[in-house]
Amino acid sequence: MTRQAKTWLIIGAVFVALIVVRGMIGQGLGRVYVKRTDVTVTLPDAAAAGAPSASANESINVSPSAASTQVTGAPSSGTTSATSASTISWQEWKQVPPLEFIAAQKANPAQTEIALSWPRTIGLWLAAFFTLAIFSFLYADNPFYKIAESLVVGVSAAYWGVIGFWDTLVPKMFGALTPGLVKSLVQPSLVAPERLQQISMVFALILGVMMLWRLLPRGGWISAWPLAFIVGVTAGLKIVSHVESDLMAQAAATMKPLVVSVTDASGATNMWDSWWASVANVLLVTGVICCLTYFFFSVEHKGVVGGAARVGIWYLMITFGASFGFTVMGRIALLAARVEFLFDDWLWLIDPNHFRGL
Amino acid sequence: MKRIIPMWIAIIGGFAMMLSSFVPLAESAGEMFADVFNVVAAIAFVLGAGSLAKQHLEKLSRRDAGWGYSIITLGSFLITLFIGLLKIGIHPNPSFPQAAYSGSNDAEGSAWSWIYEYMITPLTSTMFALLAFFVASAAFRAFRAKNTEAILLLVTAFIVLLGRTFAGVVLTGWFPDWASGLRLENLSIYVMQVFNTAGNRAIMIGIALGVAATGLRILFGIDRSWLGGGDA
Amino acid sequence: MSGGNVNSTNASARPWFERLDRVDRRWIFLLMFLAVSGPILWIGVTGKTLPEAPTLAARAVFQEINQLPARSLVLISFDYDPASAGELQPMATSLVRQCAAKNLRMVFIALWPLGSQVAQQTIQDVIRDDYPALKEGDDFVNMGYQAGNEAVMKLLLTDFAKAFPKDSRGEATSNIPILKDVKMVSQFPLLISVSAGYPGSKEWVQYVISAYNEKMNFVTGCTGVSAPQLYPYFPQQIAGLLGAIKGAAEYESMVNESLAVDGVATAPKYLQAQRRMGPQLVAHLLMVGLIIVGNVIFFARKRRGAA
Repeated sequence: MTRQAKTWLIIGAVFVALIVVRGMIGQGLGRVYVKRTDVTVTLPDAAAAGAPSASANESINVSPSAASTQVTGAPSSGTTSATSASTISWQEWKQVPPLEFIAAQKANPAQTEIALSWPRTIGLWLAAFFTLAIFSFLYADNPFYKIAESLVVGVSAAYWGVIGFWDTLVPKMFGALTPGLVKSLVQPSLVAPERLQQISMVFALILGVMMLWRLLPRGGWISAWPLAFIVGVTAGLKIVSHVESDLMAQAAATMKPLVVSVTDASGATNMWDSWWASVANVLLVTGVICCLTYFFFSVEHKGVVGGAARVGIWYLMITFGASFGFTVMGRIALLAARVEFLFDDWLWLIDPNHFRGL
Repeated sequence: MKRIIPMWIAIIGGFAMMLSSFVPLAESAGEMFADVFNVVAAIAFVLGAGSLAKQHLEKLSRRDAGWGYSIITLGSFLITLFIGLLKIGIHPNPSFPQAAYSGSNDAEGSAWSWIYEYMITPLTSTMFALLAFFVASAAFRAFRAKNTEAILLLVTAFIVLLGRTFAGVVLTGWFPDWASGLRLENLSIYVMQVFNTAGNRAIMIGIALGVAATGLRILFGIDRSWLGGGDA
Repeated sequence: MSGGNVNSTNASARPWFERLDRVDRRWIFLLMFLAVSGPILWIGVTGKTLPEAPTLAARAVFQEINQLPARSLVLISFDYDPASAGELQPMATSLVRQCAAKNLRMVFIALWPLGSQVAQQTIQDVIRDDYPALKEGDDFVNMGYQAGNEAVMKLLLTDFAKAFPKDSRGEATSNIPILKDVKMVSQFPLLISVSAGYPGSKEWVQYVISAYNEKMNFVTGCTGVSAPQLYPYFPQQIAGLLGAIKGAAEYESMVNESLAVDGVATAPKYLQAQRRMGPQLVAHLLMVGLIIVGNVIFFARKRRGAA
């Protein structure tokens, strides 16, 4: 056994032992509770009788209720069911703090409204495993990290694809090209598309198919057309916006008075505030000019220009220092959030939200 | 052919978008192009997903190093796709119970939400959090006060790091009012609103000029590098 | 890593600064973990948070929302995903809370694919849990996500319904009471973006605010990485700016103070950012310490070299 493998084994064993001990102290750890709500929906008359009822039945068959994933631990069934010809019902499960479960159990030990959710509890432990698997990279690259990394890639790509499909393609493209289908299956409130919109969506579909051509082994050049569309539209959008907001507006914002008079509530001039405000404006204007001088390479950086460019570099260094400070701040906040998850949601070591009444 | 048509597509699309900002008559054309762009952008997600699947399938068929991880990537990809596209476990929207797929994937308790809550969230956020460790190690090894520029960078980082926490108040909060501008928390604001603003503003102006120049070169057909090689 | 294969005899013969310089980076990682986890445990157990003195940029965010008359329309864009939620969620929570408490009508949109789900969660945690009187469709609505980044913004300039044809419940935009009279984005007196990068605050300024600077005000909460790049827009184009977790903590404390009820403690879920400033403090001190030690090594080595 290599030294690294031994270290891993020891770390793992200590960790598991600590978790077992933690699980035996106090209220335990890492459990998720859910509260049941019964939902009954009356189908429109047309759906209850005749042709459209197919879609109602389909909704039952194709879409087993979300609650079906939550039935374990709760005796009553959570799947969608047709209670009569014109109504369907299902159960929804909302996550509640463990405190609510404890209170409900105290009031009535036989209650089933609030129960332990196995799928979510397993999910929580899995989330903790993923968090630790990624942190394990800090020790050394290892299979746990690689598994987590592979999952991020696979899940994220599919997630984005699905969101793009349901949120944009269905209401916009399919809603314009096949409104009947979208209306009956997905969005009954769909507004009938205008002719111009339908034409533009035909273009979008053609461009989209050409873009997907890239996946085929031959004819890759076909995808250059949609690429051209993307490049052209982006260029057209960016030229105007950048000139307007990042060139003109920024130049205007830099044209500041170099001598500022700050008055207080009584109308009298505050000398110190005026002094600092004037210094700030002078430093700001000087800084922008000097930094721009540094970026200007058509003139050799010698003499006055060289001096200004050097001051420009100093300003840029201060800018990068500030960016570094802010970046550190951001990353630490993200780390704090993950550690909070481990200590609070998983290990139940702390209870800042009073979810468990500790 | 392979270069001329794409070039003209870019020119027409670009000018339509530009003119729509100034000419009311071109507004509807700009609107239409933007609408088409949004749909093409959504199809790009499908392309991204397809490319990923293709790449990993190739890796798998060639038995490249680490092909076992490709199985995990592909497996998680297909399962997520299956759950999301078929809205597994989603009941219809109570407002539209007759439409089988009217429910939202985001419903609490759904398989989709489970993936979001217990896979996407821990995986992506921990990946980002990992950088906190590496930035600490890099600061220890690379942040050296070698010259004036490096000293300026270091001092600014100190001011921001201390001034944006309670440390600034503890260290310099006792400064008298007339020197309040030197308190770390105030210095950090000064650094951000004066020096950082000046530096970033100059960078922004430079980028804006660059974007405008590059954009115009594309729209006038001068810059065709984005088309890649091949016959015209 | 660097220290793993060092010969022990050679290592002990090296001067102290050389040995310190070659310290295994995993010790630094451990220090960072302790710097963050220690305060979290302490604050988690004691419940104590550090006081905050809001800066001008954070006060401006509060003021912009506070000055709006009740029932004003506010467009809130969730331009982030769970990866940045550690920094941005406390801001989003407080922003929505202040808007809900002011009885503003909120329209949520997302330009990041996962933003819609984050918005949904925020709506649940703040509006449904604490402001149950607010009705979906009349007082707030989640329009979900749309692909296209800047092109969505471009579309919003002229046709809101075209950019967002339905809400997250599947209701057509034209049927949603809160959006009945909304044709374009300029009809929102205030735009709020909680942004983790592209597309986000910067693009809102470039594509929307530049076009409607006189009609619309814009406030934003952003990550630490992007905050420095947004300062040039403040206060001309961005009326208020919350930078990183510090901005979130300052703003959170202001909202909590404004909504405080005598004798009733603020709900712990509204203290998230202030709690996170504890680990922030210790970790920042560690960073400063690491940089100082690194430089002490540098100068010691330089001196030895010169001697």
